[in-house]
Amino acid sequence: MTKTCLTFRDLTLGYNSHPAIHHLDGTIRRGSLTAVVGANGSGKSTLMKGIVGVLKPMAGTVVREPGVRAAYLPQQSELDRSFPARVVDLVSLGLWPRRGLLGRHTKEDHDSVSQALMAVGLGGFEKRPIDTLSGGQLQRTLFARVLLQDADLILLDEPFNAVDTKTVGDLIAMIKRWHGEERTIMVVVHDLDLVRQNFPETLLLARQPIAWGETKETLRPENLLRARRFHEAWEENAPWCEPDNHEHGDHAHDPGHDHQHDHNHGSGPRAA
Amino acid sequence: MMDTLYGLLIAPFADFAFMQRALVGSLMLSLGACPVGVFLMLRRMSLSGDAMAHAILPGAAAGFLFYGLEILPMTIGGLIAGIIVALGAGAVSRFTIQREDASMAAFYLISLAIGVLMVSIRGSSVDLMHVLFGTVLALNNEALTLIGGIVVVTLVSLAIFWRALVAECLDPLFLRSVSRLGSPVHFIFLGLVVLNLVGGFQALGTLLSVGLMMLPAAAARFWTMRVEPMCALAVLIGFASCVAGLLLSYHVSLPSGPAIILSAGVVYFASILFGTRGILRARIIHHRHRTA
Repeated sequence: MTKTCLTFRDLTLGYNSHPAIHHLDGTIRRGSLTAVVGANGSGKSTLMKGIVGVLKPMAGTVVREPGVRAAYLPQQSELDRSFPARVVDLVSLGLWPRRGLLGRHTKEDHDSVSQALMAVGLGGFEKRPIDTLSGGQLQRTLFARVLLQDADLILLDEPFNAVDTKTVGDLIAMIKRWHGEERTIMVVVHDLDLVRQNFPETLLLARQPIAWGETKETLRPENLLRARRFHEAWEENAPWCEPDNHEHGDHAHDPGHDHQHDHNHGSGPRAA
Repeated sequence: MMDTLYGLLIAPFADFAFMQRALVGSLMLSLGACPVGVFLMLRRMSLSGDAMAHAILPGAAAGFLFYGLEILPMTIGGLIAGIIVALGAGAVSRFTIQREDASMAAFYLISLAIGVLMVSIRGSSVDLMHVLFGTVLALNNEALTLIGGIVVVTLVSLAIFWRALVAECLDPLFLRSVSRLGSPVHFIFLGLVVLNLVGGFQALGTLLSVGLMMLPAAAARFWTMRVEPMCALAVLIGFASCVAGLLLSYHVSLPSGPAIILSAGVVYFASILFGTRGILRARIIHHRHRTA
C-alpha cells in the first residue's frame, strides 16, 4: 500500500493563461492533515479546484492515487438557496458516491443523514427549508454532507468563514476525528494561530510554494515575509513561461524541493 | 340541476369526438410539460422556455412550407430547430463566459427572424396564425400518438435523471465534484424542453405551448416547499386548466389555446393571493409569531 495520496507534477493552474498556481511539485501523504495558507490570490482555492478536477491544469498533472474518493467544500458554493429543498435533501446529496444516480436511499442511509446532522450540532433540522438557515448553519449543513460522503480525501476551502467560535471548535474537532481515521485532509485557512494549534503540516503559497512541511518550520517569520512580498496582480505583459524561464525561476521552488527531501526521509523507515 | 351541470361539464366531451381528442391531447401534454416547467422555473430559465418556443418556429415553418399543415414534418422541423438552438445556446453558456440568458436570447432571435422570413416568403397571415396559435380542436390520431410518445419519453427521462437534475439545480459545483453527469443532464433537460414545446405547438401553437409549461409551475411554487409535490401540483393545475379552457372554448366559442392558458393564468393569480406562500397568508402570519 502506497503512502501517497496526491502527487503534483510541475502543476500549473490558472485563468486566461495567467498562472494562479505556478509549477507546483510535491506530494500529499495519505492520512496527512495540511493547512493551505497564503495571501488573497495566492492560489489556494485554485489548487483545491485543480485537485478535485473542476479546473483543468494548464500544464503538469495532479495524480490522485487510484480509488481515492474526494469530498470538496468550496469557498464560494454555487448552491442555489432559493431552491425548494430541505436540509435533509441537501445533506442527502452526500450519498451520491455511495448510491449514485439510481441507487435507492435505504433506511440506513436516512439514519446516517440524521447522524451526520447530529454530529454538526444540527440534530432535528432535517425538515428545515434551506433558505431559512443562517450562514453558519448552512456551513455546518455542508460539513454534514462532507461527513456523509465518507471520502478518503477531504478538501475544505475556508470552511471557517462566517462561523462562530464555538462552531469553529466543533468543526476542528470533526477535522481531527477525520485525521484520526487516516483520511487525507487539506484545509484552506486564514487564521495562522488556528493553523499553529491544530494543523501538523502547512503549505504556504504565493502562486508558487514558499514553504511546505511541518507547520512550525513553514510559518517561520522569514517565510511569511516572503509570502507577503508576492505580487498579487497579473501582469498583462508578463513574459511567457518557457522551460528556460522555469529553470531560472527555480530558486523560488527551493523550499518545495526541501520538502520533497523531508518526505523522502519520512518514508525512509517504512521503505526499510 | 344535474342536467345543467352535465350539459356544461360532461356533454361537450361525451358528445364530440374532437373534444375528446383535444382533452386527451392536452391532458397528456400537461403530464409531461408541467414537471419540465417546474425545473425550468427553478433553474431561473422561465423565459428561456419562451425563447425556445420562438426558436422552434423556423423548423415548424420549414415543415409547413414544404408539406403544408402536416403534423410530422412540422414536428420534426421544430424539433431540429429547437435542438440546434438549445445545444448551441447551452454550449455557449457552458464553455464560454457568457451566461445562458444572453446566449439563449441571441440564438432564439436569429432563429425567430429566420422563421418569420420563411413564413413571409410563402403563405398568408392565416397560415402564420395556424403555426403560432395551434389547432387543439383538430388534433388527429397521428398528433395524439406523437404527444403520447413525447410524454412517455419525458416521464421516463425525468425518473431516471431526477436525482442528477435536482443536484444540478441545487448545487451544480457539488455535482461536478462527484460525477460527470452535470453537463449531460443539462443538455438532456434542454432536450426535454424542446420536445415538450414541439409536442405543444400542435395543440396550443408555438407561442402558447410555453404557457402550459410555465404557468402551472409558477402557480405551484406558491403552495409547496418541495420539488416532488410541486411537480405533482403543477400537473394537476395543468389538468384543471385544460379542462376549464376547453369547456370555455366550447361554450363561449373562444380559441382553445388562449382559453387554456388563460385558465392557467387565473389559477396563477389565485395562487399568488391565496397560496400557502402567497400574499394574503404571508400578511396574516406576519401578525403572529412563535416564541422560538
